[in-house]
Amino acid sequence: MDALSGAHIAAWIERAADVMEREKALLTELDAAIGDSDHGVNMARGFTAVRSRLGGLDHGDVGALLKGVGMILLSTVGGASGPLYGTLFRDAGQRAAGAAALDLAALAGCLEAGLDGVKRRGKASPGDKTMVDALSPAVDALKAALSAPAPTGGPARSPLMDGLARAAEAAQAGALATVPLIARKGRASYLGERSAGHQDPGATSCSLLLRSLAATAGV
Amino acid sequence: MKKLINAPDDLVDEALEGMALAHAELLRVNAAPRFVTRAEAKGKGKVALLSGGGSGHEPLHAGFVGRGMLDAACPGAVFTSPTPDQIFEATRAVDGDAGVLHIIKNYTGDVMNFEMAAELAREAGIPVEGVLVNDDVAVEDSLYTAGRRGVGTTVLVEKICGGAAEAGRPLEEVAALGRRVNARGRSMGVALSACTVPHAGKPSFELGADEMEVGIGIHGEPGRRRAKLEPADRVAEILMQPILDDLPFEPGDDVLLFVNGMGGTPLLELYVVYRKARAIAQGRGLKVARSLVGSYITSLEMAGASATLLKLDDEMLRWWDAPVHTPALRWGT
Repeated sequence: MDALSGAHIAAWIERAADVMEREKALLTELDAAIGDSDHGVNMARGFTAVRSRLGGLDHGDVGALLKGVGMILLSTVGGASGPLYGTLFRDAGQRAAGAAALDLAALAGCLEAGLDGVKRRGKASPGDKTMVDALSPAVDALKAALSAPAPTGGPARSPLMDGLARAAEAAQAGALATVPLIARKGRASYLGERSAGHQDPGATSCSLLLRSLAATAGV
Repeated sequence: MKKLINAPDDLVDEALEGMALAHAELLRVNAAPRFVTRAEAKGKGKVALLSGGGSGHEPLHAGFVGRGMLDAACPGAVFTSPTPDQIFEATRAVDGDAGVLHIIKNYTGDVMNFEMAAELAREAGIPVEGVLVNDDVAVEDSLYTAGRRGVGTTVLVEKICGGAAEAGRPLEEVAALGRRVNARGRSMGVALSACTVPHAGKPSFELGADEMEVGIGIHGEPGRRRAKLEPADRVAEILMQPILDDLPFEPGDDVLLFVNGMGGTPLLELYVVYRKARAIAQGRGLKVARSLVGSYITSLEMAGASATLLKLDDEMLRWWDAPVHTPALRWGT
């Protein structure tokens, strides 16, 4: 696969809704340790709502589709995750406006725009123990894939699939790397040093989302 | 989990339905998006007060909708902030052409959702001001945190601003008053047991039979530290000491002392805490001019209490004493 069309994005959302539902307990458990136990429920509620309303969105324009997804997340997730994931999809959609499909370069640009939006909305930087710690390395991995394609000899796949595989791995590593961090943003920050030793739920859901995207592309 | 619920997904909507039925003379509930407004027609030229946050803190916020206090409340899911569309629609519903004051507790989700709602409202031509409540001394203010949490002082901001708005004060003045109340209010809380978020199904933290969590917020999150449970008088000291050390209270100051139950602690025990907290305040030369004791900002069934001390001025006193008629707070005519 060389590019993500509206149909692929829709398939991604369907898969993400399944994954959020399946991993609801895990996210809730992570959130119970350092937050308020609602992350799994909120993400599942939001993505289930998006899935049920996918039919009403414009699939011919990837930008419009992503923005539509963002609006639904914004109005259904609640908490901090609503505006953060809503902004991620809306800003990514803004960058992709008018595109019928996204190749690796377009996807990298669009996720970077989403990342910038999330950082602005949450006033967070890498290392603060938030979803940025998963999203930021994923965007870096996409950009790296763009400038340095995978060496030959590995599994045969397109640049896009290679980029998505590397992004999903980077996001997962980023989420795992939040364990020892002391939270500086979000509700976990109120715990101070007690937040160390737990994986950040937001970074985890973000990693699940990127894993779902890679899986949708057949990686 | 032992709770009187049908299904976790229906909990908030069904509670609001019940509330609308029980207080039909005071409230109207809008189902989608979800918000609560006063039953009486909106006041032309009156600043409207809107507050919101997660459900699970009852009677905050819907219980304070009514004459002399809030015009609208936006309940989110349990411990989850409301969404921007909820807040925006409620803002539009209660704007009486004098603007709307948003009262926001300093939690990341609440701040972001209210921020986005205020952007939408201003685009629609509605003047909006916000008061951010961040009164919790348990959270040290530093570069490394998202700032202090908003807890008990929220109730006092809502009542005092509500009195001023009812008297026809303009938006900037009511907002400035709210910010002053926040700047002079300090709170600290302790939990004797955790609460169970219905969707999670189990307690949000484990606490031994002889332990307490010191410096808790209102979302079932663990506190700043764990300590051995002590008698009520000692707990009152643990709550009052950091409050008194934080704000420059001076001998002779008039203060409002608010002892709040977290949901699972009976009034009987709250009065014991109040008794000692009052003695501690008076020991510092403070004059406890007004008091409030009861469960007004809660965390589901969590056992525990918080203390809030507000340094009063004449204007705050006047609006605190002004009549209020809401489901959860009522005095005057």
